[in-house]
Amino acid sequence: MSDLLSGLRVAAATMALCVGGYTAVVLGVAQAVSPATANGSLIVRDDGTVIGSRLIAQGFTAPGHLWPRPSAVDYDAAGAGGSNLSPANPELATRAEGLIAAYGGASAARPIPAELVTASGAGLDPHVSLEGALFQAPRIAEARGVDVGQVKVLFDRLAFAPGGPFTEGRIVNVLEANLALDSELSGAAPTQ
Amino acid sequence: MDHILLVSLIVGGAALLSFPLGRYMAWAMDPQSPNRWTTLFCKIGGASDEQDWKRYLVTLLVFNAVMFTVTFAILALQQWLPLNPDGKGALDPTLVFNTAASFTTNTNLQHYSGEVSMSYLSQLAGLMWLQFVSAATGIAALAATARGIAGRASLGNFLIDVQRASFLVLLPVAAVVALLMVFGGMPMTLKGAAEATTLEGAAQTIARGPVAAFLAIKQLGTNGGGFFGPNATHPLENPTFWTNALAMVAIVLIPMACVWMFGRILGRMRHASVIFAVMAVFLLVKITGSVAFESGPTPAFAGLPVSEATGNLEGKELRFGATGGPLWAVLTTATSNGSVGAMHDSLNPLTGLMPMIGMWLNATFGGVGVGMINMFLYIVVAVFVAGMMVGRTPEYLGHRIEAKEVRFAILALFAHAILILGGTALFAGTALGQATVQEAGPHGFSEILYEFSSAAANNGSGFEGLGDGTGAWNIATGIVMLLGRYLPIILPLAIVGSLTAKRRAAESAGTLGVEDATFGTMLALTVVIFGALTFLPAAALGPLAEHFSLP
Repeated sequence: MSDLLSGLRVAAATMALCVGGYTAVVLGVAQAVSPATANGSLIVRDDGTVIGSRLIAQGFTAPGHLWPRPSAVDYDAAGAGGSNLSPANPELATRAEGLIAAYGGASAARPIPAELVTASGAGLDPHVSLEGALFQAPRIAEARGVDVGQVKVLFDRLAFAPGGPFTEGRIVNVLEANLALDSELSGAAPTQ
Repeated sequence: MDHILLVSLIVGGAALLSFPLGRYMAWAMDPQSPNRWTTLFCKIGGASDEQDWKRYLVTLLVFNAVMFTVTFAILALQQWLPLNPDGKGALDPTLVFNTAASFTTNTNLQHYSGEVSMSYLSQLAGLMWLQFVSAATGIAALAATARGIAGRASLGNFLIDVQRASFLVLLPVAAVVALLMVFGGMPMTLKGAAEATTLEGAAQTIARGPVAAFLAIKQLGTNGGGFFGPNATHPLENPTFWTNALAMVAIVLIPMACVWMFGRILGRMRHASVIFAVMAVFLLVKITGSVAFESGPTPAFAGLPVSEATGNLEGKELRFGATGGPLWAVLTTATSNGSVGAMHDSLNPLTGLMPMIGMWLNATFGGVGVGMINMFLYIVVAVFVAGMMVGRTPEYLGHRIEAKEVRFAILALFAHAILILGGTALFAGTALGQATVQEAGPHGFSEILYEFSSAAANNGSGFEGLGDGTGAWNIATGIVMLLGRYLPIILPLAIVGSLTAKRRAAESAGTLGVEDATFGTMLALTVVIFGALTFLPAAALGPLAEHFSLP
C-alpha cells in the first residue's frame, strides 16, 4: 500500500515536470523564437488566408504547375500515410504506368525520375528532385507560353542539396516553385 | 561515398557523445554518496529504503501499474477532457488497452494514427508522460542490475532511481534535443489543425501540434511512437535532413551511453568497451546490409522507363537522401525505438530482414537500460558455455554462474523467441492474421512476423500494410508486449538476486577474462547462435522466400 502511495506521488511529480514544465518551456521558446515554423511553416496571403504549409505537399494537377510525387492518401494532411505496398507488388507498376501516361510518356532515352512514380512515407513529401522538375519543364513552359529555358533556370535557382555533402543530388520544393512560377513566369494563365 | 559519410556522422557522432553522457549518467544514477538530489527524491517519493531485488521489483511493477492505469484513464476519457481543439472522439476499448500497454512497456506500437485519433492531452499527458517514465524504468532497472553485479548489498531504491532517470537524465537531454528540433523547423503549438486553400483552390486541413517536445523524448527514450501516423516520415515530424540526422543520433545515444554507465557502476570500463564493440559490430553489419540492399531498384518497375538513380524510393522522403531510410530502419530496430524514417513494408525484402534481425537480437544496444540487460543475459550464457568448454567453473566477475542462473537466462531469451514464433504461427495459421495481411504469400507472412517481433522486442515499428487495428491484434500484441517487457526485467533481477546471495570468489588467473577479444568473440557467437539461428526458419519463410521469388 505504501508502494502505491509513493508511486502515485512520483507519478504526480513526473507528470508535473516532464509533461507540464517541459512542454511549457519548449512551447514558450518555440513560440517566442520561431513562431512561423512552430505553427507549421504556413504560407499566408496578405489577406490572411492560408495557402498551405511549405513542408506539406499539395496535389497540383494544372499543366502549368510543377507536379508533386504521388500520394497514397491523396495529400490528406489530416490523415497522412504511405502505400505500404511491397516493392514487388504489381500495383506499383500499374500506378507507375498510369503516371507515365499522365506525364505524356517516358522512354529509355528519357526515363521518368523514380520519385515521380513512387509515393513517399507520409504521402506529403513537399519535394521532387531537380531532375524530376526538369522532366516537367517542357510541359510547364508550353502551358505558360514561356521559353523552357526560363523554367529550367528558375528550377535550378530554387534547387538545393538537402544534406550538403551527406546527400547526392538536389531537390526542389514544389509549392515554393509554383509560387515562383506564378509570380515570375505568368505568361499564360497557369491554373486553368 | 555519401553513404559512408552519413553513417560515420551518425554512428560515430552518437558513439562519441555517448561516452561523456555515460559518465554523467553514472554520476546521476549512482552517486558515490547521497547528494541533495537523493534527499529531494526521497522527499517526493516518501520512501528511501534500501531494497533487495524482490522489493525493487515489486516497487517497479507497482509504479508501472500506476503508469498503465493513469494513461488508460486519460485515453478512455479523452473526449471529455481539455486540450482537444480538434474534438477527437472516443477510442475503441481494445485500442485503449493496446495503446496503454504499448506505451507503458516502452514499445509504442501504434494501432491508431495520432493526428486522426488522439487529443493533445492524450498525446502529452498520456503518451509523452509514459515516454519519459517507461524509459526511466528501463534505466533504473539497469542501474539496479549493475549494482547487484558489482556486489553491493542493496540494489538501491526504485522510486529514487526512476526520478533520477526522469529528472536528471531524460528531462535535460530531451529539452536540449526539443529546442534543437524547434530551431530545425519542427512545429510546437497547441493550436488545432490549420485550414488552407491550396494554390489550385482545393481545401487542405493541415494537422499540427506540440510535435517538438513529443519527438525529443520519443527518440531519446527508445519509445518511437510518432505524433503523426506515419511517424518521422511526416514532414512536420521531421522537416529537414538535419532534423533527421539529429533524430538518428538521439535514437542510439542513450542506449550507447547505458553500456558506459553499466561499466562505470561495475568499475569495469574495459569490460564495457568489449560489450560496446560487440554491439557496434552487429550494428555496422546490419547497416551495411540495409544500405546495400536498399540501393537496388524497386522490383515492380522492371522493364518500365523509370530512372532509379538512388534505389527504391517507395515509402521514402527525398529530403533525407538515399541513405536516410535504410540507416534509420537499422538504428530504430537495433535499439528498441521503433520510430520510422521510411515505410518498412515497402523496403526491399532483404532490407526488411535487417530490422527484423535487430528486433530478434534486441541487444545490439537495445532499449534504454533494457538493451544492456538483455546483453547481460547473453553474457551469462556465454560465460557458462565458455566455462564448460574449457572445463572450469563458469565465473562472471567473481560470481559463480550455475544452473539456476543459466536457466533463468535461457528462459528469458527463449520467452522472446516463443512470443514471436508462437504468435506468428497462431496468426499466420488462422484467419486472425490471414484476413489482415495486405499481400498473400511470403510478404504477408513477413507482415505478421514483423508485428510479433516488434511487440515482443518492445520496438513498435511495423509493416504497416498489415490491418492491425482489429480486436484480436490489439489484445494479442498487448499481451505479448507486457510479457516481452517484464519477463526480461524480472528474470535478470532474479539472476542478480541469486548471484548476490552467493559468496563471491576472488578473481584469479583461472577466472575467465571478460576484457579481451576472446570474450568479445565468444559473446558475439553466443548472440548469433542463440539469437539469430532461432529465427532462421521464420526468416526463410518470409523475407528470404520473398527475395528469391522476385522476378
